[in-house]
This record gives sequence, C-alpha cells and structure tokens, in this order.
Amino acid sequence: MFILAAETEHNPLIPAPAELIFGTISFAIVLLLVGWKLVPQIQKTLAERTDAIEGGLKRAEEAQREAQATLANYQAQLAEARTEAARLREKAREEGAQIVAEMREQAQAEARRIVEAAQATIEAERQQALQQLRTEVGALSVELAGRVVGEALTDQATQSRVVDRFLAELEDRTRAQEPA
Amino acid sequence: MSAPHILASPGGGGEFQAPGLEIFQFSPLWHGAPSWLTKPVLISALTVIIVCAFFWAAYNKPKLVPRGVQNVGEVGYLFVRDQIARPMIGKDGDRWMPFLVSTFFFILIMNWMGVIPILYLPIASHIAFPIVLAAVVYVMMIFLSIKHQGLVGYFKNMMFPPGLPKPLYIILAPIELLSNIILRPFTHSVRLFANMFAGHLLLAFFATVAYWFLIEKLTGLGAGVGVVGFLMTIVMTAFEMFVQALQAFIFTLLAASYIGGALHPEH
Repeated sequence: MFILAAETEHNPLIPAPAELIFGTISFAIVLLLVGWKLVPQIQKTLAERTDAIEGGLKRAEEAQREAQATLANYQAQLAEARTEAARLREKAREEGAQIVAEMREQAQAEARRIVEAAQATIEAERQQALQQLRTEVGALSVELAGRVVGEALTDQATQSRVVDRFLAELEDRTRAQEPA
Repeated sequence: MSAPHILASPGGGGEFQAPGLEIFQFSPLWHGAPSWLTKPVLISALTVIIVCAFFWAAYNKPKLVPRGVQNVGEVGYLFVRDQIARPMIGKDGDRWMPFLVSTFFFILIMNWMGVIPILYLPIASHIAFPIVLAAVVYVMMIFLSIKHQGLVGYFKNMMFPPGLPKPLYIILAPIELLSNIILRPFTHSVRLFANMFAGHLLLAFFATVAYWFLIEKLTGLGAGVGVVGFLMTIVMTAFEMFVQALQAFIFTLLAASYIGGALHPEH
C-alpha cells in the first residue's frame, strides 16, 4: 500500500548551485543590513539607556544628598537662631532685672534724700521756732513781769485779769503778726 | 508541490502514496521562468525581506524609551546576547552580536517558513542554505583562530591540549584534527539540514494522509486514519515550530561556541 517514490536523479545531500548562490546573497544582505547597520544602532541605544539610567540614579542621589545637606544646614541655622533667641531673652531678662533694681535703688535713694531733706527742713524750722520762741518768751516774760509789778497785784482776781489781758494781747499780736 | 500534484504522480490509480524526496524538488516558478527561479529561492528572498523589514522597524532610529516593535526587537537582542553570546564567548561577546543576531533571526525565519500556509517549506531542508551558513562560520572560525593563536598555536592548542598523559596524544591528536577541521562544518550544517528535512517530510506525510483519506478516498474505515492524520498534522506543526526555533538556536549557539573557542582557546 505504501509505495515510497524512488527519485534517483535527486540527491538531497548535493547542494543546488543556484541555491548556494542565492543563499549566499540572502545571508550577505541580512548580515550587511541587520548585522552591520541595524544591530550596532540598538547596541548604542541600549548603552545610552544604561548610561541614562545610571546617570539619572546618580543625579537623584546627588539631589538627595544636596537636599539633606540643605536640611542639615537649615536645622543648624534654626538651632543657632533658637540659641541666639534664648540668649537674647536671657540677656534682656537680666538687663530688665538690673534696670528694675537700679530704678528701685534710685527711687529709694531719692525717697531717702527727700525724707532727709524734709527732716532737715523741719529740724531747721523747729530750731528757728525754738530760737524765736526763746527770745520772745524772754521779752514777754519781762513785759509781763513789768505789768504785774506796775498794777500792784493785790488780789487773785486782778492778777487773773492781768494774765488774761496779757494773753489776749499776745493773741492779738500773734494774729496781727501772722498775715505779715 | 501541492497535495493533488503529489497524488497525481506515478503509481497513482487509487493507491495511497507517501510523499518522498520529490517534495523537495522544484521546477521554475512558471513556464519560461529562468531555471534558478524556484520556490526555495523565492522563499530565501522573502526571508531576507521579512528579517530586514522587522529589524528596520525595530532598530532603525531606536528610542531611548522603546515603543512598539522596538520592544520586540530588544527582547530578541537580549535573548541572543544573554543566552548565546555571553555564555559562549564571554565578556567580549557583545562585539559578535551583529553576526549572531543576523544569523539567528535569518535561520529562525527561514525555518518558520516551513509552517507558513502556501509556502510550507523550511528552505534549510535544502542543504545549500545550511552549507552557506556553516561555511561562513567555518571561515570565520579558522581566520579568528589563526589571528588570535597563530597558525602553529592554533593546531597545537587543538591537537595537544596540555595536562594529558603522553601516549594519549597519539589517539587524541588525529581525532581532534578530524573533528575540528574536517567534520565540524559538516555536522554544523547537516544538523540543521537533517532536522528541517525530516520535519518537512513528516508534516507532508501526515498532511497527505489526511488529504487522501478524508478528501480523495473517503471511506468509513479510512476516515478514522484521515482524522488521525489531520490531528497529527496540527500537533506536528506545533512541534515543528518548536524544533525550527530550537535548531536556529542550536546553530547560532554552536557558531558562537566556535568563535569563543577561537578567541579563548584555554576554555
């Protein structure tokens, strides 16, 4: 039933010349166009892509580093500013306390001075009054004594009237003197 | 060429005839056409057009961020680079990528023509094509070997690898010479040729069985055979696609290993 066709004239192990030639031409065209022109292009692109990715990574790393440096710098500045502010506050407080103390000192000194001046004035006036009183009391006493002697103090009533009159005169005199 | 043509060949008259060597024979494409203008030549031209068009679309004006067909082309490039060039040649394997990519995809498309409807011919089943490819690799291998190792060094490295007992060289040296210089291009080309040849014959056989028992001579008993033949045609087509890709890979892998051996004889 199965009859294998016996082809004696064709040996599949003998290459056909035309096919050898066309096979060579075909392969040569593929080698030239694909191998010589196109594959190097894709190789270049792949290399460029690797470069780009590596470069991109490097740039990102740099940016990251820069950002971190900036952050650290900023934080350092912030900390510095805080310390500075704290220092200034402390200083201001000290100065304020000092000013208050000084003021208090001054005020106390002033008060003391005023008080002392007032005391001195009072003392002086008191001395003056005392002085004046002393002289006036002498004169008045002399005058009173003259009156008492002149009127001849006989009785208690007269004596009393003399003294009253004297005192009234004294009062009048004082009143007359006051406005002056 | 086509099933009816085969079945009309001598020995017909109602008997099933398995396809034989005649399915690898082609007359000129039309009457009066030049004798060299046959189907294999046409398919080789088609292969060139497809391969070049694909790589033109993929690799010409490549973008840093790949789009569309460039992605596919890059996958192909990386496959050849990581599976063939670098393991076989080493660090400088990338320099040989243009040759290896061209060879791999040329053979791959050439082989896959064996399962494209209407065409149905892996032209590597015509030994002329594997011979051309193997010859190019062979010439390159000899040239690179002599360039990198020197004429004497090449044969010394090949026939007298160091570190073996002296008497062994009496046997080893001629065997190495034979296998490296004489047999290598034959095994390289015949491996591809034989696989494509057998695969094509197998596909033709199952397809003919299906056609004969289901269409030409449909009988109750024969129909079952025809269905099996039809299903086997489908299964074998899938299997052939795998074998065709595998053979393209193996051919390129061997080419890379020969180049690698020429550049680095110590391995």
